[in-house]
Amino acid sequence: MNIDDDDFTLFGLTEGFAVDTGMLDHRWRELQREVHPDRFASQGAAAQRVAMQWSVRINEAYRRLRDPLARAAYLCQRRGAPIDAERNTAMPRDFLAQQMAWREALDEAADAAALRDLADQVDTGQRQRLQRLQHLLDDQPDAAAAAAEVRALMFLQRLRREIEHRLEPHDA
Amino acid sequence: MALLQISEPGQAPDPHQRRIAVGIDLGTTNSLVAAVRHGVPECLPDAQGRVLLPSVVCYLEGQKRLVGSAARALQQEDAANCIASAKRLMGRRLADVSGTLRLPYELVDQPGMVAVRTRQGLKTAVEVSAEILATLRQRAEDTFDDELYGAVITVPAYFDDAQRQATKDAAQLAGLNVLRLINEPTAAAVAYGLDHGSEGLYAVYDLGGGTFDVSLLRLSKGVFEVVATGGDAALGGDDFDHLLAAWALQQAGRDTEGAADRSAVLAAARSAREALSAGEDTQLDCLLGSGRLHLPVSRAQLEALSAPLLERTIAALRRVLRDARVQRDEVLGIVMVGGATRMPMVRRAVAQFFGPGAESRVLTNVNPDEVVAVGAAVQADALAGNAPDSQLLLLDVIPLSLGIETMGGLVERIVERNTTIPVAKAQEFTTYQDGQTAMALHVVQGERELVADCRSLARFELRGIPPMAAGVARIRVSFQVDADGLLSVSARESVSGVEARVVVKPSYGLADDQVAQMLRDGFDHAQQDMQLRALREARVEADRLLLATQAALHADADLLTADEQQAIATLMEALRRVSAGSDHDAINAATEALARGTEGLAAARMNRGIRQALAGRRVDEV
Repeated sequence: MNIDDDDFTLFGLTEGFAVDTGMLDHRWRELQREVHPDRFASQGAAAQRVAMQWSVRINEAYRRLRDPLARAAYLCQRRGAPIDAERNTAMPRDFLAQQMAWREALDEAADAAALRDLADQVDTGQRQRLQRLQHLLDDQPDAAAAAAEVRALMFLQRLRREIEHRLEPHDA
Repeated sequence: MALLQISEPGQAPDPHQRRIAVGIDLGTTNSLVAAVRHGVPECLPDAQGRVLLPSVVCYLEGQKRLVGSAARALQQEDAANCIASAKRLMGRRLADVSGTLRLPYELVDQPGMVAVRTRQGLKTAVEVSAEILATLRQRAEDTFDDELYGAVITVPAYFDDAQRQATKDAAQLAGLNVLRLINEPTAAAVAYGLDHGSEGLYAVYDLGGGTFDVSLLRLSKGVFEVVATGGDAALGGDDFDHLLAAWALQQAGRDTEGAADRSAVLAAARSAREALSAGEDTQLDCLLGSGRLHLPVSRAQLEALSAPLLERTIAALRRVLRDARVQRDEVLGIVMVGGATRMPMVRRAVAQFFGPGAESRVLTNVNPDEVVAVGAAVQADALAGNAPDSQLLLLDVIPLSLGIETMGGLVERIVERNTTIPVAKAQEFTTYQDGQTAMALHVVQGERELVADCRSLARFELRGIPPMAAGVARIRVSFQVDADGLLSVSARESVSGVEARVVVKPSYGLADDQVAQMLRDGFDHAQQDMQLRALREARVEADRLLLATQAALHADADLLTADEQQAIATLMEALRRVSAGSDHDAINAATEALARGTEGLAAARMNRGIRQALAGRRVDEV
């Protein structure tokens, strides 16, 4: 066990997109129980520094593994197809028309009902793409195609956040 | 390898000897100190048997001062020199507090933090808080008839970095070794959860004198994981008093003249509000310069006035659940903390928010004044190493996002709110002009898109970037938030191979030399020689590390080669030698050398610990 090990090794998990989140949460707590600076509070500065590095590393890996999109991006990068969203805009072919339609729908949404309806559609779209992503990462590995799906999902995540933001005043 | 047993008169060589560690709740209205005694955490009373220390400091003629009840008693007669609610000024500039609050003393803007003008000169909230902390420290030392090993100090979960840093500075000024800053709702959850053996999702609704927090925690076998937190660092029982006072003056067609009047009407409003928690009607009664103010006030009137404040707390609750993506019925219990939650309308509003039949989930069977200090004491005891078998672990989050200013006054977020600490994150930036050799960095905290709407934490400049075309330089800005929730930022240019690097401590805090100056200026330790104090602290630190190293070697010496063991033994011997002398700088240097020299051992032990833990778990699972 080394601090430079990959996220999956650190958490004792098989590398892949499908993870058991219950197990992930459980291992995170167990690992923090071992490495958290609080466990070394009375053991001097050296132990504190090392514990801090470990604890930061475990939290980083946990955040990445816990979030499906971050986990997928990490897998793509490890398989030689980094997301690099700022320079690489390759996305699935069917996505462009769909996202334009949703954008328009968001601009035109007049009330909370329309916004909630759109949110449901986007949620469904996200679920379908996550399934495809799992297929492209675990069943029929194609890192480049998976990376394109990740970019599309990142877009949908931003869209979803905007809808949420517009819905906030209605939630009270 | 021969390890010498260190044993000096009056000093036990046993590293597992019980250390005296306390939890301190530094409150807006009252402060408390608690400790684990005979296995039970309890608040420590003063000589008169009172556990609450009013958070009031009065600066008297002739450099004397009063802290606590005696200071509170003088508040009306000497309002300008009796500072209450200093917590609301921690880490704040004048612009942050003026307008929102009419405090009965004179505020003066100064770089870093607002100050109060007293007859003893300008006093910041840090100095006032340090007086309160020093008083509690003295109470604890009198109780145990011994020196303190350290303290856990609680802060509102919604405190930003400036306010946390200010709290730590105050503790340092009071001569306390801060084991950890922990969040008030988390401390309350510890006290509550451990008592009741609770597991699952719990919310803590903490309405104190001047701050409001709400945290959602997942409790699991001694691990207290904060899922999301929110609140308002400038909303508390005080605000209800201010509203009531303003209403009373308006009803009577009166106004206040001067600090004494303001203090008097606020005190009357507070007693009226407290009386209305038990009864339906009361009288608001005080003596102003222009004569007596006396009028009846009913609970219904108070509730009508307070509705907007209460709605703000419910909105924060709603946002926390949304952030955590948790439904209201998933929350098993809501722990009510802070004296202001005694108001029936607060309990009612919270129960209403959680839906029909939620009354039984609103937990009011803890003492709302003491629960935070008690939780802090439990954590202090564990951090001091007194509870080696404790399963207690607090995993907290940052309450507000941290970011950096980019072109056009926009904020680029680097660490999102509700991220578990400790955390380190980095982002790359580049130059926008050809040949640009310096870059100004502005660190901010908050959720808004515009820098102007966020809190400015620090500004610093990265210089010495070699001239390059625009957009070529790679400046990596790293944010690190430690387990106290305190931020440090560094920046490094790496493309050219030339490295420029700067580490900042946020600028609102007191610089170390400022703290040293304040100590020299005679804060409560006038009679103490600074040199002696520094020497004593250096020796304590040295002993602490020697004991820890010895224990580490005892357990895991096999991780080291004979040469490595010898190197550590040499460093230990050197530290023992200088420790016997009286040069505190030399002791500190030797301590640091040993700390560096044992870093490899510490890392190797940690690796072993993790491997063993994982191996153990796998066996369990089979």
